[in-house]
Amino acid sequence: MTGTMDKTRLDPVTLTVIEKGLQQICSEMDLVHEKTSFSPVISEAFDRSNGIYGREDGRMIAQGEMGLPIFLGVMQETTRCVIEERSDLEDGDVILVNDPYRGGTHLMDVKMVRPFHYRGRLWCWLSNTGHWPDTGGMVPGGFNSTATEIHQEGLRIPPVKLVEGGVMDEEIVKIVLANIRVAQERIGDIKAQIAALAAGARRLTALLDRYGEETVEAALVELEDRSEQMMRAHLEGIPDGVYKATAWMDSDGVVDEPLAIRVKATVTGSDIAFDLSESSPPCKGPMNSVWATTLSSVYVALKHIFPDVPMNAGCFRPIRVEPPKGTFLYAEYPRPVAGCAAEVSQRIMESVFLALSEAIPDKLFAAPAGTSGNLSLGGFDPETGEEYIMYYFSGGGYGGWWEGDGLTNGCSTIGISKSQPVEILEQRYPLLFDRYALREGSGGDGRYRGGFGVSYRVRLLRGEGKASFLMEHGRTGPPGILGGKAGAPNRIHISRAGGIDTPEHISKGEGYALSAGDWIDVETPGGGGYGDPAERSAEARAADRAQGYYGEDEGGAA
Amino acid sequence: MTISIGVDVGGTFTDFLFLDSQSRSFRSAKVPTTADDRSRGFMEGLEALGAAPESVDWLVHGTTAGTNAVLERNGARCGLITTRGFRDILELGRRTRPHAYGLSGNFEPLIERRLRLEVAERIDASGRVVTPLDEEGVREAARALLEQGVESVVIHFLHSYANPANERRAAELVRGIWPNDHVVAGHEIMREMREFERGSTAAVHAGIAPVVSRYIGRVAERLSEEGFRRELLVMQANGGMMAASVVGEQAVQTVMSGPAAGVLAAAELAQAAGARNVITGDMGGTSFDAALIVDGRPVVTAEKDLAYGVPIRVPMIDIHTIGAGGGSIARIDPAGMLRVGPQSAGSFPGPIGYGRGGERPTITDANFMLGRLNPDSVTGVEGGAPMETVRERLEAEIGKPLGLDAAGAASAVVEVAVAELAGALRLISIEKGHDPRDFAFMPFGGAGPLHAVRLARELDIPRIVVPRFPGLTSALGCILADVRHDFVQTFNTPFAELDCAEVKGAMSAQAAAGRELLAREKVEVDEVVIEHEFDLLFRGQSHVLRLPMRGEKLDLEELLEDFHAAYRARFEMELPEMIPILVNVRTTITGKREPVDLSVFRPGEGDLEAARKGARRVWFDGEWLETAIYAREALPRDAEISGPAIVEQADSTFVLDPGATARVDEVGNLIVDVGISGEGAR
Repeated sequence: MTGTMDKTRLDPVTLTVIEKGLQQICSEMDLVHEKTSFSPVISEAFDRSNGIYGREDGRMIAQGEMGLPIFLGVMQETTRCVIEERSDLEDGDVILVNDPYRGGTHLMDVKMVRPFHYRGRLWCWLSNTGHWPDTGGMVPGGFNSTATEIHQEGLRIPPVKLVEGGVMDEEIVKIVLANIRVAQERIGDIKAQIAALAAGARRLTALLDRYGEETVEAALVELEDRSEQMMRAHLEGIPDGVYKATAWMDSDGVVDEPLAIRVKATVTGSDIAFDLSESSPPCKGPMNSVWATTLSSVYVALKHIFPDVPMNAGCFRPIRVEPPKGTFLYAEYPRPVAGCAAEVSQRIMESVFLALSEAIPDKLFAAPAGTSGNLSLGGFDPETGEEYIMYYFSGGGYGGWWEGDGLTNGCSTIGISKSQPVEILEQRYPLLFDRYALREGSGGDGRYRGGFGVSYRVRLLRGEGKASFLMEHGRTGPPGILGGKAGAPNRIHISRAGGIDTPEHISKGEGYALSAGDWIDVETPGGGGYGDPAERSAEARAADRAQGYYGEDEGGAA
Repeated sequence: MTISIGVDVGGTFTDFLFLDSQSRSFRSAKVPTTADDRSRGFMEGLEALGAAPESVDWLVHGTTAGTNAVLERNGARCGLITTRGFRDILELGRRTRPHAYGLSGNFEPLIERRLRLEVAERIDASGRVVTPLDEEGVREAARALLEQGVESVVIHFLHSYANPANERRAAELVRGIWPNDHVVAGHEIMREMREFERGSTAAVHAGIAPVVSRYIGRVAERLSEEGFRRELLVMQANGGMMAASVVGEQAVQTVMSGPAAGVLAAAELAQAAGARNVITGDMGGTSFDAALIVDGRPVVTAEKDLAYGVPIRVPMIDIHTIGAGGGSIARIDPAGMLRVGPQSAGSFPGPIGYGRGGERPTITDANFMLGRLNPDSVTGVEGGAPMETVRERLEAEIGKPLGLDAAGAASAVVEVAVAELAGALRLISIEKGHDPRDFAFMPFGGAGPLHAVRLARELDIPRIVVPRFPGLTSALGCILADVRHDFVQTFNTPFAELDCAEVKGAMSAQAAAGRELLAREKVEVDEVVIEHEFDLLFRGQSHVLRLPMRGEKLDLEELLEDFHAAYRARFEMELPEMIPILVNVRTTITGKREPVDLSVFRPGEGDLEAARKGARRVWFDGEWLETAIYAREALPRDAEISGPAIVEQADSTFVLDPGATARVDEVGNLIVDVGISGEGAR
């Protein structure tokens, strides 16, 4: 190497190069996974994640930057659970698991964990997760809103050997496929997930061959320290103190009462501790969150606030989250959990954003829509003679921020996925959209207003179908900060045989039978406003009016 | 047919290359781009080149005017007429955010909301008319947009790829009252599903068409005043060119055409050097553009995003841009890690070494520090690069925090930059299903050849081809391009239900449209080649594989066999249980021109010693080595040099590391054997 080096344990170039090398391995795994998947949720919506995890404890060494954010903290928990339960694994084995209580999210996120051996010994773990379109259960697609125990939600798979010594166990595959809907394409997704892990193993071997085990291991230690150092530098910037906030969820889908996520963030120097223990008790419906998801939500929230911190276990060290036992954020068997990954997680993040907004207003945004806005529709299409399951996630407005208005139709904060084009949905399912539009007036007022949600109407063209809704922020809109107003709340209308209903639980409902000609209207939340509306400039208001963002123009959407 | 001129108008400079195949001579010129009136700079450049317009046979022009207009949102004032209920498609996009982490930032739609109007009409996914077109509504919308001062209008209806009848009729009505030619219907640009992407492509087109056609019109006019008698030609992003007379209707194709021309030239030059599979790396001041050439042809894609939220779905040479150029700034981040880029010192103030007031150390400065760049010959700097400042800043900003001296710091900057570039090259190869080790590397742009050997070793690429004029590759590409047009139609039908006659019908309709366009262009071509390609996938997937037609006639069974074979080769996976689907049929029509004889670049014979300008100390792998410096223009044919050596020329500098050897080939390329692999190099 060049120059002199005495201060660092490892020369700075090798360190950076290994860091990039590890990230690239994860990106390659993500790429193989995405390109070969059949689930549009994976290939079109990137609902998957691949990473490299520590040998002893499953801690995150690296994770793909193209992966879904919510898996940031989840995957290390999954891997840790596999390490604890399976001491019998060999090179060439692959574990299959989707159990939410064992480092999971909801059942649809199916994980694979592969021991990686280098020169004859276990070196680390390669794990990935992919969202399958269905894993059985009471509603197609799994996003139920009325289950009261996990067994209604679908097939629960403990850590089992899917692949042993490189050979796939067809018996396990048979059991899995017999218990899920639209099973024929899932074999493709299973192969895609195994192929991604294999690609990771090849590239990691090459990296170790090149730099040597010792150097790479030293780099891992160093990288974690650096990441921790950077997170601490950010946390130092938050004045010491106790910051509290509450995010309210509409209901659990079964009992029509709001649920409270009460967070208390205590900042001491460069450490931050989160206490969620004052939150509502476990709920009857599927809005419980498992521990891995709760923990990950806090991590992702901080990563959204400090996006430049490199992702590995080191950056989590200054963050302590007390397990909120006895609340709905620490679900135990057999509590139903279908809503935890897409909904509860986003609202835990909202509570963190709100709590820190007063401490560091120059780094925060008002609350984003905070829901994945899932509409599931399953039925039989008489024209094709086939069953179908559609789920459609919609975006919403983001909150105003320190320098500008919020983004319109942003993706859920736990995701990075694109929505499916109307033309593709109409190709695949017997549907017609009457409208897919910006929801006027939905952004919360403020010095910087919230972004706008969307407003769509979809009509069933043929046959019979059943619609379910798993959405949030129907009772109250996403809150503003520093005096900004809340964004518009979520709205659902269902028109059948001339009558128009709204779900009893405002944002959640299940089993709405539809016939040809019936339609569903969904209006998603706008983002909260940032700062006092009186401070909004006259020019900005005039521009909003001219563009018809508040419904005053003539070109207007129907 | 003898005299050709290629012109590449970049953001800062406009490059000219003049080629006379009869007298076997060439010249080049470089003039500042005149932002106020680009046609003025164009004419000045021609003059500088000493080319009399009446004597020129081929004049091909690449331009970034359109690209920048879109990126800066200062293109023509555009309006949209669309299906009732869908006017916000262009603003809603596909529900994304600018960055995976962080919730700040925003997005400005290509057409503002008040200029997006709706009319009653609807076609379903199978192409049936659900709601007939409200013709009076279309006229009213057009009139309303005119009143708002709109110059360019997009008509974009849902499912027009399946049935364009309503869009076609609406366009006809609008054209009836529109005062200029700038009316476009989405399906006229591409008949491919996905409403946001098709609409965005049409909106990009509408935004730049008036800008580009005005500019090209002005250039063509001035040229004819000066006596130019041929058709002015314009470069496209697909690596082909078109006649200036059709640029108004094809404006979207000019986006990113400059970099595309560079890759095209690289393909031809590499071919002449016997390399058919090539990775190119075009490194300028602010970015590094990488592309793949497979089997002699640049890889073309129709899935690019011009910027966040601005997809463009016309076939373009697949160029992947990384924010790492000579001007990229090196810094230590709060975690104490050395980072290079993506922030850039740009062309102003630029690197410290350029002496224009730059204070942050850049990749270029690291190269000055290490002796790789000649500090005494910096364009426009009296007395050479301010080396004391370069040393001081490198030491203070990078060296001190890392415990390195200035040379160590500079070396670390170069190594981190190389690692970053290598990673990006590896990922784009893998994304396309290739292993970089099977490729040759062709560096170009001012800074590409500086890092080529290191980069190739990092990727285990054994061979490098350095073109004769690394800084003029885009201008050369303009000269080498053929006339080319692409067409696409979506089928989205399972193989089992395909009607072969219908597919063939679409193919011949696209071919006919291409021939018709070619005829209107009046460009003299030797031969017309028509090629068909097919996008396929298994039902449920989102990513297509593109396959060429085997032989002369379409045989669906053969196509299916090829698909299974290609899938196996690409993903090592067999999926007999899945349903294959034909997604798109693509047709490319190429008007082949008389080939340009690259032997005009053939170097003379002579003595290698005559090319030797001297020597200086250059830092390689931890030590200063006395290194020979050669003048590129004086290198004789077949000369061989061994590293360490540096080859300098006006538009670029090439560093030949120790252990590598280079030979001058028949057309002036340097063919480099990198000698040792990445592992050995360490």
